[in-house]
Amino acid sequence: MGFDQLLFFAFAGVSVLGSLVVIGQRNPIYSVLALILSFFGLSGLYVLLEAPFVAVVQIIIYAGAIMVLFLFVVMLLNVPREGESEWDKAHPYFRPWPLRIGAVLSVLMVVELVWALSRTSGLNVGVAEQRPGVSSVAELGRVLFTDYMFAFEVTSILILIAMVGAVSLAKKRES
Amino acid sequence: MSIGHYLVLSGLLFSIGAAGVFLRRNLITLLLSVEIMLNAVNLSFVAFGRYNGDVTGQIITFFVMTVAAAEAAVGLALVIALFRHRESLNPDAFTSLKW
Repeated sequence: MGFDQLLFFAFAGVSVLGSLVVIGQRNPIYSVLALILSFFGLSGLYVLLEAPFVAVVQIIIYAGAIMVLFLFVVMLLNVPREGESEWDKAHPYFRPWPLRIGAVLSVLMVVELVWALSRTSGLNVGVAEQRPGVSSVAELGRVLFTDYMFAFEVTSILILIAMVGAVSLAKKRES
Repeated sequence: MSIGHYLVLSGLLFSIGAAGVFLRRNLITLLLSVEIMLNAVNLSFVAFGRYNGDVTGQIITFFVMTVAAAEAAVGLALVIALFRHRESLNPDAFTSLKW
């Protein structure tokens, strides 16, 4: 096993374990911190894929900004730990038939995924074998500001709308 | 590493995120699970971009991250507004359209 493979499995393990901790326990603060750990694993995978700029953005924007926002809200609201009593067992979804249908549907989804992956050819081709990778930030910027100019500008409007929406939603009503 | 390794990892992370949306009874953990799913998709975008040897995969990743940031901002504002009304983050507490 080469060094690259070792790194891949290490980073993949970190991100999968982090994600499992996010959904596996009840304290939201630990969930946010575990998700940051998972993002560090993903960032390492981006470096292995010769996308260093994406890796840096993953750390700065995701782990640095978005997760801090989550952590801020968790601490601002003083979120209670999720208790056993949170499940409403009298809910219509807890009748036997909806439960059975849900179980069948989720098993069906797993079967479909496995079937699709087993039928796909060319999965064992090395990710870096076919063509040389493009990792230069200059090339990224050139494509972003020429071919994807319109999408980029629309994104800025989206962020503006999200900002206005967040402020007006979280604002205290006068009444 | 082969493209299949990255796709399987991406599918695994996406399934974990989807399971989190179904299993957790806390609005903030639900939003975190959505972030896991978005990141799983990002990973397969970057893997395919590397496979094809162009930058499109990485650029779409930036757009996904931007949308994720907007989603987190609006989602958390909604969570704060809901928490003010009910002192609870359990999605089952919000079953009425109007109060």
